[in-house]
Amino acid sequence: MLSSAKCWAGDLVSAFPKHLLAMDDLDAGAIGEVLRVTDSFAEVGRRANPKVPTLRGRTVATLFFEDSTRTRMSFETAAKRMSADVLSFAAGSSAVKKGESLRDTIETIQAIGMDAVIIRHRSSGVPARVASWVEGCAVINAGDGWHQHPTQALLDLYTVRQSLGGGDEGLARFAGLRVTIVGDIRHSRVARSQITAYAALGADVTLVAPSTLLPPSLEGWPVASVSHDLDKVLATSDVVSLLRLQAERGSGEYVPTMREYTAGYALTARRALELPPEAVILHPGPMIRGVEIASEVAELPSARITDQVGNGVAVRMAVLFLLLGQPASLEHMSEPPDSEPIGGPAPEGGPRG
Amino acid sequence: MADPGTGRMSPTAPMELLVRGGTVVDRTGSRRSDVRVVEGTVVEVAEGLEAAPGATVLDAGGCVVSPGFVDLHTHLREPGREEAETIDSGTRAAALGGFTAVVAMPNTEPALDSAESVRNVHALAQGAMAHVAVAGAITVGRAGERLAPMAELAALGVRIFTDDGDGVQSAGLMRRALQYAMDLDVTLAQHCEDKSLSGGGVMHEGAWSSRLGLPGQPSEAEEVMVARDIALARATGGRVHFLHLSTAGSVELVRRARAEGVPVTAEVAPHHFTLTDACACGFDPVFKVNPPLRTDADVAAVKAALADGTADAIATDHAPHAPELKDLPFDEAPPGMLGLQTALALAVTELALPIEHIVALLSWQPAAIARLDGASGGTQGGDVAPGRPANLAVVDPVATWVVDPAALASRSRNTPYGGRTLTGQVRHTVLMGEPVVIDAEAQR
Ligand SMILES: [Zn+2]
Repeated sequence: MLSSAKCWAGDLVSAFPKHLLAMDDLDAGAIGEVLRVTDSFAEVGRRANPKVPTLRGRTVATLFFEDSTRTRMSFETAAKRMSADVLSFAAGSSAVKKGESLRDTIETIQAIGMDAVIIRHRSSGVPARVASWVEGCAVINAGDGWHQHPTQALLDLYTVRQSLGGGDEGLARFAGLRVTIVGDIRHSRVARSQITAYAALGADVTLVAPSTLLPPSLEGWPVASVSHDLDKVLATSDVVSLLRLQAERGSGEYVPTMREYTAGYALTARRALELPPEAVILHPGPMIRGVEIASEVAELPSARITDQVGNGVAVRMAVLFLLLGQPASLEHMSEPPDSEPIGGPAPEGGPRG
Repeated sequence: MADPGTGRMSPTAPMELLVRGGTVVDRTGSRRSDVRVVEGTVVEVAEGLEAAPGATVLDAGGCVVSPGFVDLHTHLREPGREEAETIDSGTRAAALGGFTAVVAMPNTEPALDSAESVRNVHALAQGAMAHVAVAGAITVGRAGERLAPMAELAALGVRIFTDDGDGVQSAGLMRRALQYAMDLDVTLAQHCEDKSLSGGGVMHEGAWSSRLGLPGQPSEAEEVMVARDIALARATGGRVHFLHLSTAGSVELVRRARAEGVPVTAEVAPHHFTLTDACACGFDPVFKVNPPLRTDADVAAVKAALADGTADAIATDHAPHAPELKDLPFDEAPPGMLGLQTALALAVTELALPIEHIVALLSWQPAAIARLDGASGGTQGGDVAPGRPANLAVVDPVATWVVDPAALASRSRNTPYGGRTLTGQVRHTVLMGEPVVIDAEAQR
């Protein structure tokens, strides 16, 4: 056979990868590193002047072919807090001309000289293609089609780790953690990244969805079980992660009505009571209250949805740092912060690598 | 010329040509023989022939000399997409692949659904480096709604009709098309894809599409139409040729139908016996094709079909696309890959079949389906014997070569085999007595 391609989950990465295209690019060690570095940058975010010189002189471009103000702002804030120069190319802007091919756009950006390109695209695989075209430039996948959204999964891990006590102890508690992912997994890049991420840390992942919203095949997926009955799994869920259901998929093509979906798969107030007391509720947003999650559930202390948004910037700073940061800047990181307006963050013990 | 399959010596053919030192392989078997060609016709097949003064001599030492290959499935793109391929560039690629005839698919722009459009292709194909037989569209504009003027096209020599690129979605219209085709003694070729199942699928639906987050086409999308058309062929008696069968289920359906005597034939494309859906893992659209690359089990099944006679032919589905279109995201890029120049070598490299079997799959079996063979009044796929038109492929079955996309004759570069080392090389191609390829070099 001429094919025999080995591209899935393949060989574990030992060093931090050149690009972040999918959660598969990171093994448990690399994930732990991201989370530890995130702690440092979260601390920076709490300062009066939340800015460090880590990426001064470096240029980062956001290239969003699909609108997502929330994710783009999160990345751009992260880059700016690290003193990088940020160029923003948004779909429909003059920079991404109509009729100009993706490859031409990338070649233009490469000619300008970028250290990192952060890409969001409606088509699966565009960040991977771009990574195969560029040289000396890190590509970060900010969400591609139904494929992957790795920084979303990383910030979910970070949020859960906080609720597990934080630090390396919190990280260790992922082993055997019962994580339930509910909803439109078939069409979800978030789910594909989450499943790999939780499983890499040793969690037992359960998927809950009607069969029509599951991927056609789960062959090779690191999933402990699949259920079509949310009520049966709630009592044994330490984390419940809800996914958005787009209205057109709930209107007869995949499930008959939104009403039936909500009846079977929404986290209602009644269902939330079935969860263990320490359980965490997550939603990558934007939420449709009343469909996937009841309004009053979204307001519960166990729902860590606003934490997820806040942690997004710190996680993305960590990813930028690990992809672009020079070894020298690691040294700089461990200097204690002082009252200087610009200084390096001080991780507890410093990032390991 | 009305029928591109009719015999006529190429105007640039030498008076006399001697193919010396090879093993002749045709339907009658194989034997060590030289082949003398005079004015486009084989005149002598025997060992130890002496070249006449001034004769052109082709060295066939270590080679198989077979009837020229016939591709049942070539997208020449002219008219409409000349930036991707022309009849000139496509038939040059064909000649380099050992093909002396190609069946040009009708999904050009405009579609080949009228006498005028067929005459236009015939005119453009005058002097081409391979015979161009036109496949006409079954329905007007390949829209699947109204029958194309099949009798008018048949009168111009069209013997095979297809809406390839799409399957005829309506079973009722397909049944009527088969009834009408029987009156005209022509064959309908089907691209089997039920669109209500394939939907927006851009690759095979399975483990890989699920992982990659790409919409898939399930095997059933192909198989339900194969099953449907077998039922229609059985009911009407009309001939159906299945284009590019790609799944184990399709192959099994055809195997049973043939055992039962239903008038169906089938082809397999080289990419379906060499590549799998795992190739999509890097999202490179050079691996996007329709029907999509399937699984290891499907590859094994189509290989078995070629081995046991369930599939009659290897057909390339040569589908050139301009480079910028293959730089689009995977889901937006058009499906299709080049095939003419790699078909023989892929068959030799990947199919564990004797060379005699491989040339049957490339030559006289497809020639019969296309009705370009001697029995149908054509010049293709006939035995290498005195009095026969000299359409020959001379193949070195042990030579190895590396596929260089930039060196291909096609105007496009979308081969998935770039950098691969393949075994089996077309050394010379003779078209109506003219050596159009000598030592793997096109002569014009
Ligand atoms: Zn087709």
